[in-house]
Amino acid sequence: MQVSMTVNGAPVTEEIEGRMLLVHFLRDQLRLTGTHWGCDTSNCGTCVVWMDGEPVKSCTVLAAMAGGREVRTVEGLEQDGVLDPVQQGFMECHGLQCGFCTPGMIMTARALLDRNPDPSDGEIREAISGQICRCTGYTTIVRSVKWAAAYEAAQVTS
Amino acid sequence: MQVPAPFEYARAGNVAEAIGLLERLGSSAKLVAGGHSLLPMMKLRLANFEYLIDINDLHGELGYITVASDQIRIGAMTRHRELLESAPLLAAFPIFRDAEHVIADPVVRNRGTLGGSLCQADPSEDLSAVCTTLDASCVIQGSGGQRVVSMAEFHRGPYETAVGDDELLIEIRLPLRAGGSSAYEKVERRAGDWAVVSCGAALWMDGGTIAEARVGLAAVGPNTTGIPAIGELLRGKAPSDELFREAGALASSSCSPVTDLRGTEEYKRHLAGELTRRTLSTCVARIKQGV
Ligand SMILES: Cc1cc2nc3c(=O)[nH]c(=O)nc-3n(C[C@H](O)[C@H](O)[C@H](O)COP(=O)(O)OP(=O)(O)OC[C@H]3O[C@@H](n4cnc5c(N)ncnc54)[C@H](O)[C@@H]3O)c2cc1C
Ligand code: FES
Ligand code: FES
Repeated sequence: MQVSMTVNGAPVTEEIEGRMLLVHFLRDQLRLTGTHWGCDTSNCGTCVVWMDGEPVKSCTVLAAMAGGREVRTVEGLEQDGVLDPVQQGFMECHGLQCGFCTPGMIMTARALLDRNPDPSDGEIREAISGQICRCTGYTTIVRSVKWAAAYEAAQVTS
Repeated sequence: MQVPAPFEYARAGNVAEAIGLLERLGSSAKLVAGGHSLLPMMKLRLANFEYLIDINDLHGELGYITVASDQIRIGAMTRHRELLESAPLLAAFPIFRDAEHVIADPVVRNRGTLGGSLCQADPSEDLSAVCTTLDASCVIQGSGGQRVVSMAEFHRGPYETAVGDDELLIEIRLPLRAGGSSAYEKVERRAGDWAVVSCGAALWMDGGTIAEARVGLAAVGPNTTGIPAIGELLRGKAPSDELFREAGALASSSCSPVTDLRGTEEYKRHLAGELTRRTLSTCVARIKQGV
């Protein structure tokens, strides 16, 4: 079957099998390997991308179900060589070690800040509660998201 | 790599189209809503179908929460996140706030739907317990029209419902009455996991005595367990710790949990009793606080 959607703003049309999962479509067919693929059981969240502006686990969505929708991946965050503040925050505050969970964490964090520009530690922890990090113990991830929130607040006031 | 077995993908644009496709394709077809119960099962090859009918485009038609004076009507495609963010729903039934915070995780809640939760008929499904607690009725539509069934009639056993092969669950109705509140508690092994046991309670007061009380337990029987005897015990009495302990004992002895990886039968009976006691107490505390 044929599927059409926009990925990071660009329209794509591809021939796929109905059973293809969105995560494999992005990684194998479009070669957007920023989105990771981990548990395969909807638990780890490393595969999180946005569909119509909302974080979803792309291992639990069919590529066909994304047809006609807007998909955004971690590759879509950087604009003209400038990292998204959330990406910057992860660099500043050591929000990653091995980096495996990072694309999913960053996409969820970006969506959180878009809805709630000043989240508490508890709100950040709840937002990422469906995602697993085996390295950081989450403390530095929370710190990274707070860094991004503070950075964006300063941009607004200055 | 887990991938479903091959199937043909179809998309329905509205309820009539979905029913038309179901009628044409019969039991070789399956609806997919959020897909967060069905796709994991298809990936594990526990479920295989020739056709999958995507009903996400029905969100416009079936994604709503409508409050009337005597009932709240919720469309089957309403997603977990929309339930959690509906101020009028949470004001009428705080049980939804309690439950939605402990169902899966926020990313799964962006996709999973109320209809999919009830139709999955998993014995551990939290929203089924909530709907049993609130005495919900389910509106099922086929080409012949609509029929309305109670929660007790809706679930026919684990993973089995009253929805026919060529029918759709379209709406859940929750009766509203004044003077009550509701609560939910769940014991889980880790954040976002399925319940070891969970319990919903709803209670209505008339002056100093209990006018009506309902309890719905998940994961302690083939389907959600409503225990009408608890209502009979509580009606007409003044709430007290001792009374709620008695209600807990009734829940503990009336349910039918089995020992599995999540816990022993004995432990689950203990939880059923304790969570019943706690949620009933929370209802009374909330009524006093006016929430
Ligand atoms: C990691 C993870 C953790 C989870 N944890 C919990 C938890 O703690 N508690 C909990 O309660 N749930 C949990 N869930 C399940 C989650 O709530 C699902 O979203 C829900 O069970 C199913 O909703 P869905 O829309 O995804 O249904 P789908 O998977 O799309 O469908 C489920 C079934 O219902 C049928 N169906 C769907 N809609 C209709 C309709 N309108 N009419 C007729 N049939 C229909 C489908 O054909 C299918 O058989 C979890 C899921 C995941 C992936
Ligand atoms: S790969 Fe999707 S949640 Fe783990
Ligand atoms: S940085 Fe290694 S899993 Fe999170």
